[in-house]
Amino acid sequence: MSVGLSHYLILGSILFAISVIGIFLNRKNVIVLLMAIELMLLAVNMNFIAFSHYLNDIAGQVFVFFILTVAAAESAIGLAILVLLFRNLKTINVDDLDSLKG
Amino acid sequence: MNAISFDLMTALPEILVLAMAMFILLLDLFLKPANRFLIYVFSQLALLGAAVITALTHTSVVEYAFNGLFVDDPLADVLKLGIYLATSVTLIYTRSYISLRGMFRGEFYALVLFSTLGMMIMVSGQHFLTLYMGLELLSLSLYALVALDRDNASSTEAAMKYFVLGALASGMLLYGMSMLYGVTGHLDINGVAEALLNGAPDHGVLVLGLVFIVAGLAFKLGAAPFQMWVPDVYHGSPTAVTLFIGSATKIAAFAMVVRLLIQAMFVLAADWQGMLIIMAVLSMAVGNIAAIAQTNIKRMLAYSTISHIGFLLLGFLSASLNGYASATFYILSYVLMTLAGFGIILLLSRKGFEADKLEDLKGLNQRSPWYAFLMLLVMFSMAGIPPTLGFYAKFTVLQAALQAGFIVLVVFAVIMALIGAFYYLRVVKYMYFDEPEDHAAIVAPVDMKLVLSINAIGLLILGMLPQRLMDACAYAIIHSIQ
Repeated sequence: MSVGLSHYLILGSILFAISVIGIFLNRKNVIVLLMAIELMLLAVNMNFIAFSHYLNDIAGQVFVFFILTVAAAESAIGLAILVLLFRNLKTINVDDLDSLKG
Repeated sequence: MNAISFDLMTALPEILVLAMAMFILLLDLFLKPANRFLIYVFSQLALLGAAVITALTHTSVVEYAFNGLFVDDPLADVLKLGIYLATSVTLIYTRSYISLRGMFRGEFYALVLFSTLGMMIMVSGQHFLTLYMGLELLSLSLYALVALDRDNASSTEAAMKYFVLGALASGMLLYGMSMLYGVTGHLDINGVAEALLNGAPDHGVLVLGLVFIVAGLAFKLGAAPFQMWVPDVYHGSPTAVTLFIGSATKIAAFAMVVRLLIQAMFVLAADWQGMLIIMAVLSMAVGNIAAIAQTNIKRMLAYSTISHIGFLLLGFLSASLNGYASATFYILSYVLMTLAGFGIILLLSRKGFEADKLEDLKGLNQRSPWYAFLMLLVMFSMAGIPPTLGFYAKFTVLQAALQAGFIVLVVFAVIMALIGAFYYLRVVKYMYFDEPEDHAAIVAPVDMKLVLSINAIGLLILGMLPQRLMDACAYAIIHSIQ
């Protein structure tokens, strides 16, 4: 059995689903949220590269480079906010982020 | 390659804003604290310069640049002028607020200019890549702006929530884009539209991609059921940043909806109409009903934003040029109302006092009849009471939806607007019929008082003479969307 486009897409969708579940079910640690966000972008990259190869079109792979760069900037900002959060609240527990509600 | 110089001319406003943002970052290093106001002056000059360039290079034809990555059409020009105006007014309103809280630094202005640049790129994006890069430039700058008040626990919490949900929204949008790319083989808006027009190869996958794109856009706009971040972020951010998030950025999100749903995927209109109907109904219901229970005025305005987005979606889902023009009119009037509303909160705040409780407005009429009157105009306009701008905006959107045959939806929207009038009028009751608890004098710079007065009176004047603005919106839509 050869590995075709659909296998890559299924892998991409599984990774995407894991990351969404990671964001919504995780009640423990903010760092896990950042990891889930990274995983989500990687799932999208998987899709783009698979389609790009399948369509014989290089544009999808160029898009992936941009997504990777943005993902790096995004995690830098996420970690910076995390440091502030720990300094102000002395915790990175997701359940403790509950002062804003109503 | 000789086309490049011409391309640069098309993107001249963006280049100016970029250069000024970087210049301000550098200038901040060398300025003495006493001369910091120069940063403010340069930021305003950057916006003014960009506005002049955009207005002078305006033509009614659609110009493409950078091999179709970038577009300069009348819609982009009108929305960009709206963005410059909203950002410039934001900077005027927030100057004294941020200097009293130790945030009057180069970072604030550089980040605001970078987010303005992101918005301009989103408005002019004609390719999934440019749209995504503009969106991320905007979002990343906004996360940093929300967290700018470093020692404030609630703004840090708001920044974290905004970051996680914003990144989730971008991820969904990208996943949808990858699906569309896979089916159509194109990343540029026109290419996708053409491929869809020539017969969609796989409708199921297309709708899957569409669902993800609509979900991502709904997150960014703050439409229910993806609205959960809006109240927390509005409440937790410094009011200066809330004002910015609530006003200018909505124009950019609006532009993205136009580019993706209307220009790229018009063929799938029957599919996205259904999704937008659900989102519009939920947004109007959640926004108007939850706002009644709020005691914090920033939170109340957040729910009011959600309901306004519901009304905005009514304009889109009629899927006609008339509907898009009324949606453009709605977003611009929403921005003017939000600017004035948060402007009053900023006006009443002072060092160590945020003025963000509804009780803080009690007896405003006795403290200052003029500002109470201005706030009255803003509340009437948000509630949609004639003859204010908000009434005309709601009227055109409902008219477009009625023409498209959504009678039940229009009746529902009117009922929701009536429910919404309750909490806007409650603010008016607090201002005029209650005794003040706070007797401090209202201190603000002259330019802020002047612009705030013009802004709020403008809601009344534009409400009585809306034709000019409506014509501009109709012109922009007709010349930009084929």
